[in-house]
Amino acid sequence: MAGDSQRLATITGSLAATTRAHHVPGEVGIWIFVLSDMLLEFSTIFGYFLHDRAANPSQFAQGRATLSQQLGLVNTLILLTSSMFVVLGIQALRDKDRSRAARMFVWARSLGLAFVALKVLEYGAKFHVGLTPVTNSFYMFYFVATGLHLFHVLIGLIVLTYVVNGARAAQPRPNELRSAEVGATFWHMVDLIWIVLFPLLYLVA
Amino acid sequence: MLANPRMQVVLVWLALVVVTFVSWGVGLEHGVSRGTGPDVAMAVVLAVAFVKTQLVGTFFMELRMAPLPLRLAFSAWVVGVGATIVAMYLWL
Repeated sequence: MAGDSQRLATITGSLAATTRAHHVPGEVGIWIFVLSDMLLEFSTIFGYFLHDRAANPSQFAQGRATLSQQLGLVNTLILLTSSMFVVLGIQALRDKDRSRAARMFVWARSLGLAFVALKVLEYGAKFHVGLTPVTNSFYMFYFVATGLHLFHVLIGLIVLTYVVNGARAAQPRPNELRSAEVGATFWHMVDLIWIVLFPLLYLVA
Repeated sequence: MLANPRMQVVLVWLALVVVTFVSWGVGLEHGVSRGTGPDVAMAVVLAVAFVKTQLVGTFFMELRMAPLPLRLAFSAWVVGVGATIVAMYLWL
């Protein structure tokens, strides 16, 4: 009898390990979206940017020199840290510690808001000195690439708010973890795109 | 793999932060002060950015626990787009 229950525990344990090893974070749909967004939208922009840069290297070097490398660095650190808090929030949800999860997601969202605030200041400073998307090819790419990214940040903030509200509610929603994982996957993609945009626009151009 | 998943996430974050600072430093040193031609150090900075995206995928997006096709699709993006971008930077 004891041997049977031990065997059963071993089987259940290895089944759980197998499931965990083949766990799709969130669901397949979000991954199809994320991979196609990364590939079709942003990779195309990266490519066109370098293509146009090759045609006009001095214009791109001058454009890059007007961007604040420090601000770009701070933006990167903000999104990396925000992503880390999202991972810690997901871990807390798995540990059934929903109040800790809510705190982690609130940190992630606050950093996302800080990113938006800095971007608004950065755009404001550019417009103030007359630099707009129609100034030249470099600024067209700068505003389109960072603007499209910012649009994703804003969607991510709405998603994070949904996740925060869920973790704060007295009763968990059905599929709470899964929907939080979908939101987390999207938020990490936003971080990931910026990881490439930062060196491309602020350092290399 | 570390036993404590929370510690693992913080360590990956720390590694990403350190690499970001180094890339920024190299960018200031090489990108701003030099001319417009391709610079091997800046090509490395671009390649390292894609290594960072793989780290985010593996540890933050939890692909290390995902089925193989998903991990392969993600890594194909990292390697394919990363190699294309670095090549375009160096030789275009």
